[in-house]
Amino acid sequence: MSAALAGFPILSAIWLAPFLAGIALMFAPASWTRAPRMVALAASAVSLALTVALLFAFDYRAAGALQFQERWTWIADLGVEYRLGVDGISLLMVALNAAILFSGVLASWGLRERSKEFFVLLLLLGGGVFGVFTAFNLYLFFALYEIAVLPMYLLIGVWGTGPKEYSAMKLTLMLMGGSAFLLLGILALYFGSTPHSLDIPTLQRAAASGQFGIAFQRLWFPVLFLGFAVLAALWPFHTWSPDGHASAPTAVSMLHAGVLMKLGAYGCLRVAIGLLPQGAHLWAPAVAALALVNVVYGSIGAASQTDLKYVTAYSSVSHMGMVLLGLATLGTLGLSGAVLQMFAHGLMTGVFFALIGLTYGRTHTRHLPSLGGLARVMPFVAAAYVVAGMAGLGLPGLSSFPAELLVFLGAFLHGGLFFRVVGVAAVSSIVFTALYVLRVLQKAFYGPITEPKYLELKDATFVERVPVVFLLSIMVVVGLWPFPVLRLIDGALAPLVQALGGLPR
Amino acid sequence: MPLSPAVFLIPLLPFAGFAANFLFLRRSRRGAPLVALAAVGLSLVLSLWIAAGVLASPAARTLQTPWLAVSGPLPGGFAISVGALVDPLSALLLVVVTLVSFLVHLYSLGYMREDPGLPRFFLYLGLFTFSMLGLVLSPNFFQMYIFWELVGLCSYLLIGFYVDKPEANQAAKKAFVVNRVGDFGFFLGIVALTAYLGTADFAHVPAMVGRWPLYGPAWLPLGAVALLLFGGAVGKSAQFPLHVWLPDAMEGPTPVSALIHAATMVAAGVFLVARAYSVFDAALMGSVDAPLVVAWIGGFTSIFAATIACTQHDIKRVLAYSTLSQLGYMVLALGAGGLGVTAGVFHLFTHAFFKALLFLGAGSVIHAVHSNDLRAMGGLRRRMPVTGITFLVACLAISAIPPFAGFFSKDMILDALRQAHLTALYTVAAGVSFLTAFYIFRLYFLAFEGEPAPADGHGGHGAAHAHESPGTMTAPLLVLGLLSCVAGFAGLSWGGKSFGSYIRFDRPASLAADWTRATALASAHPDARGHLALADALWAGPESAEPAAAPPAPEPSRAFTLDLSVSIPATLLGLAGLFLAYAVYRRRWLPAERLAAAFGPVHTLVQRKYYVYEAYRWALDHLYYVLSAGIAWFDRHVVDGFMNALAWASQAGGAGARRLQTGRVQAYALAMLAGLLLLLASLKVLL
Repeated sequence: MSAALAGFPILSAIWLAPFLAGIALMFAPASWTRAPRMVALAASAVSLALTVALLFAFDYRAAGALQFQERWTWIADLGVEYRLGVDGISLLMVALNAAILFSGVLASWGLRERSKEFFVLLLLLGGGVFGVFTAFNLYLFFALYEIAVLPMYLLIGVWGTGPKEYSAMKLTLMLMGGSAFLLLGILALYFGSTPHSLDIPTLQRAAASGQFGIAFQRLWFPVLFLGFAVLAALWPFHTWSPDGHASAPTAVSMLHAGVLMKLGAYGCLRVAIGLLPQGAHLWAPAVAALALVNVVYGSIGAASQTDLKYVTAYSSVSHMGMVLLGLATLGTLGLSGAVLQMFAHGLMTGVFFALIGLTYGRTHTRHLPSLGGLARVMPFVAAAYVVAGMAGLGLPGLSSFPAELLVFLGAFLHGGLFFRVVGVAAVSSIVFTALYVLRVLQKAFYGPITEPKYLELKDATFVERVPVVFLLSIMVVVGLWPFPVLRLIDGALAPLVQALGGLPR
Repeated sequence: MPLSPAVFLIPLLPFAGFAANFLFLRRSRRGAPLVALAAVGLSLVLSLWIAAGVLASPAARTLQTPWLAVSGPLPGGFAISVGALVDPLSALLLVVVTLVSFLVHLYSLGYMREDPGLPRFFLYLGLFTFSMLGLVLSPNFFQMYIFWELVGLCSYLLIGFYVDKPEANQAAKKAFVVNRVGDFGFFLGIVALTAYLGTADFAHVPAMVGRWPLYGPAWLPLGAVALLLFGGAVGKSAQFPLHVWLPDAMEGPTPVSALIHAATMVAAGVFLVARAYSVFDAALMGSVDAPLVVAWIGGFTSIFAATIACTQHDIKRVLAYSTLSQLGYMVLALGAGGLGVTAGVFHLFTHAFFKALLFLGAGSVIHAVHSNDLRAMGGLRRRMPVTGITFLVACLAISAIPPFAGFFSKDMILDALRQAHLTALYTVAAGVSFLTAFYIFRLYFLAFEGEPAPADGHGGHGAAHAHESPGTMTAPLLVLGLLSCVAGFAGLSWGGKSFGSYIRFDRPASLAADWTRATALASAHPDARGHLALADALWAGPESAEPAAAPPAPEPSRAFTLDLSVSIPATLLGLAGLFLAYAVYRRRWLPAERLAAAFGPVHTLVQRKYYVYEAYRWALDHLYYVLSAGIAWFDRHVVDGFMNALAWASQAGGAGARRLQTGRVQAYALAMLAGLLLLLASLKVLL
């Protein structure tokens, strides 16, 4: 930990900057029309800058330990604390959220309708997500988790397109359903530990010392895991994702697919697997089977979608399936692949939704058969879409490739025949993914211009290019040289892998 | 002599050119081509320097650094490295790739001069050269896969270079997807080797494959792993049944067809099999005869594609089917083993020159006539003498007429087939010799001899007004023409050294002993099969006896030797094909229409490429997309239907529950008591 940051509560600052800015913005006069976006940009830039400082100050040799901890007693009788910290995984997720939030604000730069309320909700959401990734007390974790999920209802219901009320309601109810499971699971952990605790490191020690019996783990692992996995779009709880993403405005889709789905996967890893490792071992084949359905079903389903956002949403179902499959392997390779895939998928979908927003803003349609030949008038958008698409189909040189490679290898080297079969079946998705990704490129961007009015369209402006280039650059850097990021992930996973490996199989 | 890190400059120079063009010269019509040309020119010089070093000391040398590493699942952790492996095979390919790439860059200065997308073209060309060189230098399977995918991307981008053209986009997509089918197998093969042998390094795999009976699981014979790897080659080198993408790839600019789809990238499959030959060879010990499958796939592709080439009217398509056929030839040779491995790579080497020449010559013709249709050409040799003469040289080379380059490599392949006692395939290969000479001279006579076609017939400006291409285009033709004359002499023995002294596969002396010992250990400890850690422990265990030192096998010479019983019939078959083409297309003693009519439905079947793609298309539309639409329906109606029903039920339930709100306090108290009891009971059960 660097001396320059000694005593400065950097983690609180990171999540509170957007969160407090959002609250302050609520009280701004309604006549302000351009200021909200400036406030939002400033707040997200502060978080981004602090995250960069955090990346420099982080001690990479101790990636598995909690760093930059902040602890304040909150409700002493219930063991509720305000406890923040980062390990390597949290760090990576915070960095992802900082990048996506900043890009999302820029992607919403042209938003005019009720912009104040929009940016208020966006900032609350973004702040909440930062909080979840750094919270190490389950009470705080759950509270921030709900803060991150709830604004979604309004953001989609008010600023969305298409059947937005239905989509918003479906998304909220399904995620709340997941939360109900979570609450039950968290209570079980609290009452199952002696002395009762909500502190994640304490619970980890309790798990390691065998406080959670095998029957307890068998019962409560699926409850916690499913609660989180709904948000990671585990089949068959995935249908909120296509409708939700399609109806949501650009920045919300970016944040939602980019980071909120990762919140689900992060919870699965940190809470469900991290605190109930034996339960994880018992249920791993079932999780792997469902994840395989995600991977294959999503990639085949994407091929016949005609709305650009639905294609991307189904691709998310498929790619999040890779994350879940990696988690289910419960080994170093698969877990590091899963964490890297969380990061890579977040960046990639961020770019996808930003570009779809740009396209929709100009053509006023996302209907694939009505689009065509846009590369001629929007070469930047087309080129960026090609790169994002290549990331989607796992092309080497972009960050998704090492992630998927590790997940597949993880499934193979797990040791069990069942996982090997699942691995083979999952690899088949490289063919299906190529089909749907290239179909979109061919139909929307290549070929002759389908509508004369498209000839008038302008390519992306400078402000619109910034978030896209920013996110793509990270993808390329990590893709070309994944070594440092994997070092970080590997180090951070070491304690968990040890806990998982030290168990009787 | 350790390997100099300067070897990394060979791929990195084109990459630097690509990066500079991407960042600064995206609109530069003069700068971008020159930067790209200079970069690949320097790579060529460095490659020649590396190759000279290898000629002096051919031992393999490796430089690598971890690209990705995690601390599991084995005690030593798991890492994937990137780097360079320099041995005769990679040095050969380095020279071929940089040389052809340099010539194609030069040629494109003229060919693409008028094209509005010229900077983008050179951008992609630079990226391709980098990727192909990275592939060639791979020290392990993973790096090969990485660059394998990247050359696929470049191929995709360049096939679809004319973005406004729907056919080009369709062809680009098809190329990528079909290749992915092969890559599915390739990837699984790599993973299987990694999972069971614990290594994917080319330096370590040959010593490990002999242990497969112990290290591999009982249900996965080594031959199956070899065939999975071969899947990648079937895709990339467009072997039947994944050949359908290559003819359509001709939608790309012609220099690209020469570089990527004739000389270099499509040969990557052959390179892969040669590189991984120890896996194929060791499979002979087991139950699946992988090399025989390889040989048959190659042999079938070579004759299958050659028949189609006889019936096409598009000059580039004829050449594309010819490429398929020639690649099939190389694959067939590899499947024969022994001398065949040398012969296959030797044919890769000579073919790179004469096929690139054929494509660049065709490009020169298309540049002049503005049409791809052979029926719009004719009499071009007089109007375009350099193109005409060099093209004729290439035709003689591919027809294996001595002493042109193709003669030596093709003869060596026939020799290898005979040595391997593959009589049926020997007959197939001889038949292909005849067909090759026929279709290539059909093309030659239609385009270059006879009378020019009138301007209106099949589009284009009319062959009568064609002009020779500029010097940037003819210079590469001359260089390749020279190489098509002399490259074959590399097979001859020069002071005891020949092509075959460097490029050869020799079975590791310990293979048979290793295989026997592994089989014995596996039957004694069946539990250890397929478990790397256990297998490792057993292999190094105390009972490990000194493996019986096998007497080194007498090393057969791999130099080209003239065997008249092979050469004379093969040459006569080539001349017969040439003569038939002369009779039909030049003299018209037997008009082509009559010939086609005589074959009737067979001719239609062949001209329509045996309807293979139509069958795939049908399956894709009627099976795959129906399945995909089924998923959309399932989500919309079953999954969502369930969720909606749940929502409806809870609403209805809420409406029903409202009636419970009677306002009678006694009823509430009763309900509270019941609830409390229920809660306590459930806590008792759960905790």
